[in-house]
Amino acid sequence: MDGLITPRTSPIDGYDFDYLIQEDRVHRQIYTEEPIFKAEMNRVFGAVWVYLGHESQIPNNDDFVQTWLGQRPLVLVRDSTGKIRALYNRCTHRGSTVCRQVSGSAKAFQCPYHGWTFLNSGEIRGVPWPEGYAEDFSDSKFNLAQVPRVDSYRGFIFGTLNMDAPPLLDYLGPVAKPLAEWVDRHPGGKVSLCNANRLKLHGNWKLVYDNSADGYHVVFSHRSLLAMENRLEGADEKGMTFYKENPDSAPMYVYYFGNGHHFKDKRGNVERDKPGALWEIEGVAPGMEYFEAKLRREHPARANEFLDLAASEPMNINVFPNLHILGNHIQVVRPLSVTETDTTWWGTAVVDDDNTLDGAVDDINAIRMRTQEGFPNFGEVDDLMNFEQIQVGLQAEEDEWAYTHRGLGLPDRYSVDEAGTIKGPATDEVFLREYFKEYRRLMTTEPDIQIARDI
Amino acid sequence: MTAPEHDPSRSSFYIDDDFYRDLVDGFTDWQTDTAEITDPAQRDACRNLLEREARYLDDCRFDDWLGMFAPHCLYWVPASKNGGDPRHEVAVAFDDRRRLEDRVFRLTSPYAWSQQPVSRTSRLVSNVAVFGTDDPDIVMTRASFLISEFQAGDYRSWAGWYGHRLHWTGDCWEFLVKQGNLINYDQNLRNPSIIL
Repeated sequence: MDGLITPRTSPIDGYDFDYLIQEDRVHRQIYTEEPIFKAEMNRVFGAVWVYLGHESQIPNNDDFVQTWLGQRPLVLVRDSTGKIRALYNRCTHRGSTVCRQVSGSAKAFQCPYHGWTFLNSGEIRGVPWPEGYAEDFSDSKFNLAQVPRVDSYRGFIFGTLNMDAPPLLDYLGPVAKPLAEWVDRHPGGKVSLCNANRLKLHGNWKLVYDNSADGYHVVFSHRSLLAMENRLEGADEKGMTFYKENPDSAPMYVYYFGNGHHFKDKRGNVERDKPGALWEIEGVAPGMEYFEAKLRREHPARANEFLDLAASEPMNINVFPNLHILGNHIQVVRPLSVTETDTTWWGTAVVDDDNTLDGAVDDINAIRMRTQEGFPNFGEVDDLMNFEQIQVGLQAEEDEWAYTHRGLGLPDRYSVDEAGTIKGPATDEVFLREYFKEYRRLMTTEPDIQIARDI
Repeated sequence: MTAPEHDPSRSSFYIDDDFYRDLVDGFTDWQTDTAEITDPAQRDACRNLLEREARYLDDCRFDDWLGMFAPHCLYWVPASKNGGDPRHEVAVAFDDRRRLEDRVFRLTSPYAWSQQPVSRTSRLVSNVAVFGTDDPDIVMTRASFLISEFQAGDYRSWAGWYGHRLHWTGDCWEFLVKQGNLINYDQNLRNPSIIL
């Protein structure tokens, strides 16, 4: 320790990422080592566009919601002029958080410790007894720090600290298309967040990312859910039953988009242009028969269209490093430590500001809330146990490798389009290999991390 | 037109507009001092019921536990303070009869990895208070709970309070609604797969 190098710019001593990330396997240490985790908070979470929140969480000026960029505590605000900002939840005076409320509305934040007060633009408003200071507080160095680049795409708010990062749309690249398709099936091209199923695991955050386009685990990890969905006769075509046969011979595919983003598209299993096709494969949910009958009675011409809004599209869109769209959920991953991670499954509601749904929006949402509660309760808990047990298994130091080579070396397995998107069969691990290459590049690159204080 | 008979284990017609409205109304401002029933016999009967429920769950006697519920029932663990409005908010759990039977089916499967090994639990139910409603055959109870859970070397706990809506059938009390309010209802929960 020479004390001259800040942690942010120090090399990750002792870790050779060309060794840790190989073509067909990754080293256990990327999941278990504290120094690697600390480096990820800067070289991954500090370097790329990170999902911070959804515009529907701060619909009006002065609204705020707490969020995190890696381990940095933030307050996402729509300031008094309507500008969306990601303020550091950290008083410039002594470092305390200035906002202790999860969400709400406020024109200013006053630090509870010594009373320094900041406008929701981040600008310092005043300090108690300023005559006790030799200088005034006009210097912007006393404003709250904020994420220098914040941008939105279709309601999803992202921020990056890295001045070298490309514009948000370039960072998203081809994953922007399925994101837009997911939003655009809703009236007005938007959804609203409506509380969340909140889960926690004792495991590394990448275990969640590794699984998010994994079509290989489904019939094994979710064996109890599949049996449950099929326990009643007549349920053969419901839920996840398109995994019953070999998933690689079904019309569903995994895509790798670049920049770590990947996508599992199972929509080939449904007739996308047929109203009611999504509803037909939706698993059972409380109240579904009553509300289906009501919608068919009151809206005979549009009932199938409405019921599809209560159902979900079979797609998993994974935006590196912390945003996942699964069915109707917006899942957000928050790394807490090298071995602890929160995954928050935000439910989404249909909104109908322009009344294009003939007054059916409440009935649609009454079903949609219940369909969304199924997977976190009966599917995800089993995955999370398996992730936790990976973390246990990886404690064995001399057994170094976890394999990622399913599909590697097989002929005629992949296609690549002009944008560079790689397409493979549903259970293929190409998405793992490719995202880990990007991870390796990030972990060996120094981002130009900056914070802003000028308003 | 009379409604057709539907088996609530097979289809869910009873979770309808009236059900949701009565649920939200019934679980709003119900714990008033004036509605409290202080008759020790009534309180003891309710306490006995809640303690039996805890015993069934601790002993994984899920079919006996299901038998304590009315056919048209609800098991509800809100993710919002005091329940919120489940018509436009997701809950930790919102199980009608069919989904509750799904839950028990899955829990008793050897392939529910979140319950392999099966959690061992010990439940304390206390501070039971009974409240009357407009219907003399329906009472509501509030009781504190503390569940200690042990699984695979890991010891954790769940705390909060139950709101039970109970119906007198003429023979016995049955659960119309069981609401489990966690003190950490708005936090990320590790392996919330046991029945609370």
